[in-house]
Amino acid sequence: MEATLPILILSIPLFMFLFLGLLGKYMAHKWAGILGTLGMGVTMILAYTVAFTYFFSGNPEFINGAGERLQSIVFNVDWLQFTDTLVIRLGFLLDPIAAMMLVVITTISFMVHLYSNGYMRDHHGVWETGFQRFYAFLSLFSFSMLGLVVATNIFQMYIFWELVGASSYLLIGFYYTKPSAVSASKKAFIVTRFADLGFLIGILILSYYTGTFNFTELTSVPVEGIADVYQVSAGTAEAVKSVFANSAAPMFMGASVMTWALVLIFMGGMGKSAMMPLHIWLPDAMEGPTPVSALIHAATMVVAGVYLVARLFPLYLMETAALDIIVVVGAFTALYAAMVACAQVDIKRVLAFSTISQIAFMMVSLGVARPEFHHGIGYMASMFHLFTHAMFKALLFLCAGAIIHAIGSNDYTEMHGLRKYMPVTHIAFLIGCLAIAGIIPFAGFFSKDEILTACFGHSMVWYIWMSLVAGLTAFYMFRLYYLIFWWKEHKVHEGHHAPHDQAWTMTLPLIILSVVSCVAGFVPFGNLVTWNGHPMFDHAGFLTNLEHLDWSVACISLAVAVIAILIATKMYMKENPLPDKMEQALPNLWKWCHHRFYWDELYMFITHRIIFGLICKPIAWFDRHIIDGTMDGLAFVTNKLSWSIRGLQSGNVQTYVWIYLIGVLLLGSITVLCLI
Amino acid sequence: MDYSQFLAMKQEIGLLVVFLLVFLYDTFMPKKALNATAGFTCVIFAVFTALSFFCLGSTGNETAFSGMYVTGPVMAAIKNILNVGVLIVLIQAMRWTDSEFQIMRRGEFYELLLVTLFGMYLMISARHFLLFVIGLESASLPLAAMVAFDKKHYESHEAAVKYLLTAVFSSAIFMMGLSFVYGLSGSLYFYDIYAALGAQNSTMVVVAIAFVISGVGFKLSLVPFHLWTADVYQGAPTSVTSYLSVISKGAAAFAFLVILVQVFGQFYAKVWEWMLYALIVLTITIGNLFAIRQRNMKRFLAFSSISQAGYIMLGVIAMNETGLASMMYYILVYIFSNLAAFGVIGAIENATGKLDMTDYNGLHKTNPRLSFAMMLAMFSLAGIPPFAGFFSKFFIFTGALQQGTTAIYVLVLIALINTIISLYYYLLVVKAMFINTEEECVIPTFRSACSERLGLWISVAGILCLGVVSCFYNYLLNLANSSSLFSAL
Repeated sequence: MEATLPILILSIPLFMFLFLGLLGKYMAHKWAGILGTLGMGVTMILAYTVAFTYFFSGNPEFINGAGERLQSIVFNVDWLQFTDTLVIRLGFLLDPIAAMMLVVITTISFMVHLYSNGYMRDHHGVWETGFQRFYAFLSLFSFSMLGLVVATNIFQMYIFWELVGASSYLLIGFYYTKPSAVSASKKAFIVTRFADLGFLIGILILSYYTGTFNFTELTSVPVEGIADVYQVSAGTAEAVKSVFANSAAPMFMGASVMTWALVLIFMGGMGKSAMMPLHIWLPDAMEGPTPVSALIHAATMVVAGVYLVARLFPLYLMETAALDIIVVVGAFTALYAAMVACAQVDIKRVLAFSTISQIAFMMVSLGVARPEFHHGIGYMASMFHLFTHAMFKALLFLCAGAIIHAIGSNDYTEMHGLRKYMPVTHIAFLIGCLAIAGIIPFAGFFSKDEILTACFGHSMVWYIWMSLVAGLTAFYMFRLYYLIFWWKEHKVHEGHHAPHDQAWTMTLPLIILSVVSCVAGFVPFGNLVTWNGHPMFDHAGFLTNLEHLDWSVACISLAVAVIAILIATKMYMKENPLPDKMEQALPNLWKWCHHRFYWDELYMFITHRIIFGLICKPIAWFDRHIIDGTMDGLAFVTNKLSWSIRGLQSGNVQTYVWIYLIGVLLLGSITVLCLI
Repeated sequence: MDYSQFLAMKQEIGLLVVFLLVFLYDTFMPKKALNATAGFTCVIFAVFTALSFFCLGSTGNETAFSGMYVTGPVMAAIKNILNVGVLIVLIQAMRWTDSEFQIMRRGEFYELLLVTLFGMYLMISARHFLLFVIGLESASLPLAAMVAFDKKHYESHEAAVKYLLTAVFSSAIFMMGLSFVYGLSGSLYFYDIYAALGAQNSTMVVVAIAFVISGVGFKLSLVPFHLWTADVYQGAPTSVTSYLSVISKGAAAFAFLVILVQVFGQFYAKVWEWMLYALIVLTITIGNLFAIRQRNMKRFLAFSSISQAGYIMLGVIAMNETGLASMMYYILVYIFSNLAAFGVIGAIENATGKLDMTDYNGLHKTNPRLSFAMMLAMFSLAGIPPFAGFFSKFFIFTGALQQGTTAIYVLVLIALINTIISLYYYLLVVKAMFINTEEECVIPTFRSACSERLGLWISVAGILCLGVVSCFYNYLLNLANSSSLFSAL
């Protein structure tokens, strides 16, 4: 493939960032918004072109005779060359998941760019301060995320990984005059940075033992008996394999060093994807503008962790211990987040916990994927769910944004009964809820069904567990839906306009994403994205997914979802005392869920009492008295020395020449004495 | 005689043509047209700079005058690097040469400058000491005239005299070293000397090496041959100072490497390595210690440039291709960073005559863009990522470390500690501009001339791009790897 399009895909958002960042303030607000949106629109079209070429052109670069999809490096330039072997490259890797992510990121990003034109101004059409800055940051984020998914090597991925973190920090703290936004942005940055420490150590261990950063070499299908479909130099691939297979790597604390490396890399993913116990930053990140939440904290950045594991999946297959850890972490996170989501008041928090829970679904799905079972259906399901979830979760967030924009509050107690006032938003939100609850034929049904099938094939325990979580998902989503749009009549405050659907810039993305959420489930993912590029079905059509459904699993999950929705309807459709009764019946459970199981308090305790009090204070003392003392001493000596030698620089040219001569003679004579 | 060998000297001939054109223009054009002398020089020098990039394309070395003169891709590259620096100096000097006092003699300034550049070209390409001395002298003596250019300023004269006396003295020592070498080997060709000196460790050769090192060390202002630097830098007009501090140093550093490797390489590697080791430690440390004290900006940059020269020498002591490449890269980055600093100082001096660091207090309030450029220059000189200076320091340390002896590790450690010390005084300038804002800045808001701004834009672009865009370093590394400079070792 020509490198032109890929280069443009990366450089347009970067250019828009620089352009709007540097010149935005000299521009009218309106034009900054239009230019930003246009730039992203062009990027989206280009990304679609690349992705469609990859999937459907049949070019031998991308697909081999057996119909297996290949990893193809479009370009790869040396960036920093330390030695002949240690080179850091920047490049563009196309493979099924990268192509899929290009579509997801650019679509959502474009929707958010468009939507923000309406969202970032108040009812009188006055623009938010820093509107141009907002668009610059959005472009920066899009650039970093695109760079992350097309990385050809793990180091490039790390660079963009950090850039994504930084732009997320900037966007969460966009309202930097608001203390809660500032502390939320700091929290997000510190927590993910802490996780990235693990990621970095993992990278170092992995590359130390395998001797390469490149994905093509690391993931060259190392399992016995399966053809090496990613054509890489056999030598390196063999070397990577042997490191794992012969346990050439030493043991450390009872596990192979490679397991450690993979678990540490997964830790980076846990941070970005908000897995327990590193999830605490995501609910707070909702302090950012809602379009940002839709783009970063629902659809793209938070799935980076899933993407990372998927990218290195063949390596994880060799160390199944690491995969088991992923399953356990994912399953507990899914249940925890779903329970907490049932007891939140702030609608964005509900959506945030729902996001955590859904990402955990994807993680579990990756963790249970094994090539023996249905060609590794878990991997495909995870990516499928990533895709559909991005669409319907962005939809839900954008709906929430429209509601918040109309009401001026995040609290559902201020809403209730909005269905008459905001019909379009109502329908869109309902579609989103149906999709996430897994009702046929909406997008979430298919992907969640595949995940449950994969769990079923792995172990009964996790299957039941995850089905339960799926039921909870349907329950809390419909609880939210009813509390926003039903429950009781909306009370319009004195002197306020009645809420209404928003401007077209905000409504159009809702409609588009609704349509996508209805049909995305029919995309024959099994033939597009699989762990080794091998297609799962003989042929692909619009109804492929339906034909290959495991109906026993599907019926059970449908039944669970419907029951959950019915319970929610019973409890929340009309104002009634049932929810209060439930709350009083289980006061402790409610309290724990409402306070998110006191994780934040636990962190506060650990950081303030233990880390600050017991560790940092002694270190601070040591720093202040011993290290600073040494440095002060050094500075004192340096100062004194520089005073004492100033006589050398007398301004007298005779002295200069004398010193010159003495210098030469000393240099010569000392050398003679020492060396000869 | 085979005249076609002149064709090897494309860059020298090109430079000569530029010089003659400037000379003819200055001599024969009507008085009105003379106002454009500066612009004319800049334009044709820019054309020459662009054209001389074509010399990079040649493969392998070309020689002329039975091996006295050698050129090749590496030599062409270092000359191109110098050209870029000279171009910026020329652009920055435009305003000063057009000022009232200089109008009469501005042509001479450009002519002298081009002649010294010609001398540096010869230093770089010489493989025979006679040619080298010619180059060295024609790069030194006209500089004395340039230092004395500010006729109205007493300091300028004093600086010129000091420079001249020290230069003559150092040349004398250098020649004495050469005469020892000639006496021992009977030739002045580099490779003849190399072959004749052989493995015998004679005291005479060691003394000769010390003398030669001091001669070139004077140009580089290595401690203890540096004492002229501060006075001359302070007294000379700012444009001349910036020329002295970057271009003349870059040329000398490369010539130094060639002489040490090709003349005294292998058999005497231990000897000159030891000497250079001592000089580097002294240079970096003493340069830093003095820089801390300085309050005059030009004097401050003089000491900073002394200590930077010590870092450049790390590329010589590395004695390998990475060292060579990183040294050339360091020179390139140093040119941009230092010229940005001098550009700001020159602009402020031309507009207000202020040169003291305390005058810079609160500069960012009155001249935000100038102080921003200055900040970038300071960050780059101090080696703060992601600016070019960080990468150049990083690569030069890498090159030195590849030698792998314990002594080198210690040396790099000392250099690193000194980097921290240097951070202190570079940040002093930034602090003055951005933090010390209690009082009104004595420098009023002014609009600098187009030429000054152009020079600064180029330098700032260099600081921002050279490090992050890796192809520059990779290109130099490839050139160095394909050169035969180290085949003597």
